[in-house]
Amino acid sequence: MATTLKKTNVVIIGLGAAGGVACLPLAQSGLEVIGLEAGSWLDTKDMAPDELKLNRGLWPPGPQKTKLEGITVRANDSQTATRVNHPMMNAVGGTSVHYWAQSWRLNPWDFKVRSETIRRYGPSRIPKGSTIEDWPLTYEELEPYYDKVEYEIGVSGKAGNIAGKKDERGNIFEGARKREYPLSPLRTSGYMEKMIAAAKSLGWHSFVAPAAITSRPYNGRPGCAYHGYCSGAGCHISAKSSTAVTTIPKAMKAGKFTVVTEARVTTIEVENNGRVSGVNYLKAGQEYFQPADAVLVASYAYENARLLLLSKSKAYPNGLSNNHHQVGKHYFSHNQGGAVSALFPFNLNNWYGTPAQGIAIDNWADDNFDHSGLDFIGGGNLYTYTERRPMAAINGVQAWMQGGPNWGSKWKAFVKENADRWNVAYLQKTTLPYEDNYLDLDPVVKDPLGFPVIRITAEYKDNERKIGTFIAEKMRQWYMAAGASRVNGDGNVAGSMFASTHAYGGTRMGDNPETNVVDRWGFSHEAPNLGILGGSVMGTSGARNPTQTLQALAWRTAEHLAQNWKNIVK
Amino acid sequence: MNNDCLTRRQMLQRLGGIIGLAAVLPLPARSLARAQGLSAVANAPVSLTSAEAETLRAIIARIIPADENGPGALEARADRYIDRALAGALKNQRSTYAAGLAAIDAYAQSAKGSVFAKLSTSDQDLILTEIQSDRATGFAGGGSGQFFNLVRTHTIQGTFSDPFYGGNENFIGWDLIGYPGARVVVSPNLQRMDIKPESSRKSAYDYSMFIKGEF
Repeated sequence: MATTLKKTNVVIIGLGAAGGVACLPLAQSGLEVIGLEAGSWLDTKDMAPDELKLNRGLWPPGPQKTKLEGITVRANDSQTATRVNHPMMNAVGGTSVHYWAQSWRLNPWDFKVRSETIRRYGPSRIPKGSTIEDWPLTYEELEPYYDKVEYEIGVSGKAGNIAGKKDERGNIFEGARKREYPLSPLRTSGYMEKMIAAAKSLGWHSFVAPAAITSRPYNGRPGCAYHGYCSGAGCHISAKSSTAVTTIPKAMKAGKFTVVTEARVTTIEVENNGRVSGVNYLKAGQEYFQPADAVLVASYAYENARLLLLSKSKAYPNGLSNNHHQVGKHYFSHNQGGAVSALFPFNLNNWYGTPAQGIAIDNWADDNFDHSGLDFIGGGNLYTYTERRPMAAINGVQAWMQGGPNWGSKWKAFVKENADRWNVAYLQKTTLPYEDNYLDLDPVVKDPLGFPVIRITAEYKDNERKIGTFIAEKMRQWYMAAGASRVNGDGNVAGSMFASTHAYGGTRMGDNPETNVVDRWGFSHEAPNLGILGGSVMGTSGARNPTQTLQALAWRTAEHLAQNWKNIVK
Repeated sequence: MNNDCLTRRQMLQRLGGIIGLAAVLPLPARSLARAQGLSAVANAPVSLTSAEAETLRAIIARIIPADENGPGALEARADRYIDRALAGALKNQRSTYAAGLAAIDAYAQSAKGSVFAKLSTSDQDLILTEIQSDRATGFAGGGSGQFFNLVRTHTIQGTFSDPFYGGNENFIGWDLIGYPGARVVVSPNLQRMDIKPESSRKSAYDYSMFIKGEF
């Protein structure tokens, strides 16, 4: 029998990048908030610069729900989906603890891809089968929330456009921002300076990419130590601006905000009038029901869709907020395949640093260049970064050996010479939603509790493949201009959209309830006191990391709830 | 943060109760070993039999050999790493090693008339090539190539992972590829391209702020 707990104002399901931000404006407004997190608090003492420990999967400690609830993937309906690893982690702070911390705003174009494409190139240029819509809000409407997030968590970067005034030191293609970043950009390494010079020789505009990492002490946290072991790992000095060290502790101090760890949410309860009434969860083998006036789902794109589909009721027989059959639709994962790598005839000294310490070029992203003579829309962000670990360095060398044994003296000599001479660029490219790409519950595979796991049915289409080829060539040129002796990778994008840390859609945001799950504020079109946070509400990807955008949206949804409390909870 | 000199108690903890050889090493080697906090360990393995350990040492000495480019996996004590890990993080692969190492010796015996460790290095390379390419017989499960890949992976781990785990002795692996060691603060100069950064000669666990894990 479930224990029914005392009713609270708001339950947030998941305290990661999105839920971990939403708790702050809610707590500051005086509402009573309970955050249910599947993972636990992490300790910086466990965050040693130790490649083997990370490779063995011994970090993060604490319950990892993601490992039990793996995903199945297939390219299209004719295939049987196979199980893959879940790419995210569970902890207070969620994947913002171990992410690369690249912290971008989307460009204004990303909010109106459909109308801008039609305006500039005509309706025939919308790729066949794409369900793309304009966002129900513009970049300008989201700008104040981008600003709040940057200042609250601490983002390092250089503005390229303050109120329309361009600055070559920043990204001149970005949308206008109200003010400068709170922190100057992360420092440049020798390798980065080489890539800056190479970009200049090509006439391309490069800049130090923005990072949710402190470039100097900020809000009681020290500046980055650049010691490496940042990607897929936690920061031992809390210089990475995860929500675990920024908004979550601040919310705990600010108001009536309680964090419940190791709480595994199973379903959301619904009343006959279609409103949500609370959340069922398991903790230490015990079942609880937490009643609440409002529920915010912030459990990542896969779990958001899954939780809604699992929460069936009289009011929602096909799953919560799914009477229009839109939950799981418009899914896509960021087109980051088709990596391009380079081998240089000199050492790069990339042993230290963080992957967010990088140089970006936006000349070929979004609609920053004329697509009239091209056969695709969108583009990619060129990005190259530092950080190298010993065993990863050796693995990376292998691709350049061109046959021959991967052991013995000849191999050893090659490894010795080239371990610090290669680099790889994962290029983030515009990805669109399509009518036959979606998430649903796997008909066969279940988690240990007996609940079906989420199934991805999605594949990249022509538009993504064409961008892949186009942008790989640009990256090749950049590497060659920097003195690379060899470049690999033609940008070929594999068919299936794999499980990704950049997953979008499934509960898309839009004004039309026939094609979207949530409204312009992030609240369900069907269940008015249910809000949804995370990349699952995003209808376009842009050519850059989603985290700061979904954090800005989460802040906006939480603020909307606090400011319209009486209307929303009734 | 700088704790080059470990206490005797810490050292004993790291040795897992095995009597060190440090006492009989020449002085420079001894201080080096101490500086690493690893010390030398008696050759007696903790999980492998001595016959298995001998075969393993001969294999890893060919996977990353000592040559004109410096010492190899044996000198880095990748065998000690594997031996300890088979009693720790890799314990579920202990039986795979028992079967695999025995199969290598049996194959060497049938092909060249002697156990693997007693063959010439050129015969050893020949045997390993056959094993890697699945041409050797007598291997269970995924065949000889799968076992070779497992040993290769662990040899790389033992040579290039943090010395805390028992390999990478004297930072042999990290020096080979130029990795300048674990640090918790990195100055701008250490990220320049026109200098070769000096090695910290430190394990992550030489920094007292981190909790040690299992081998």
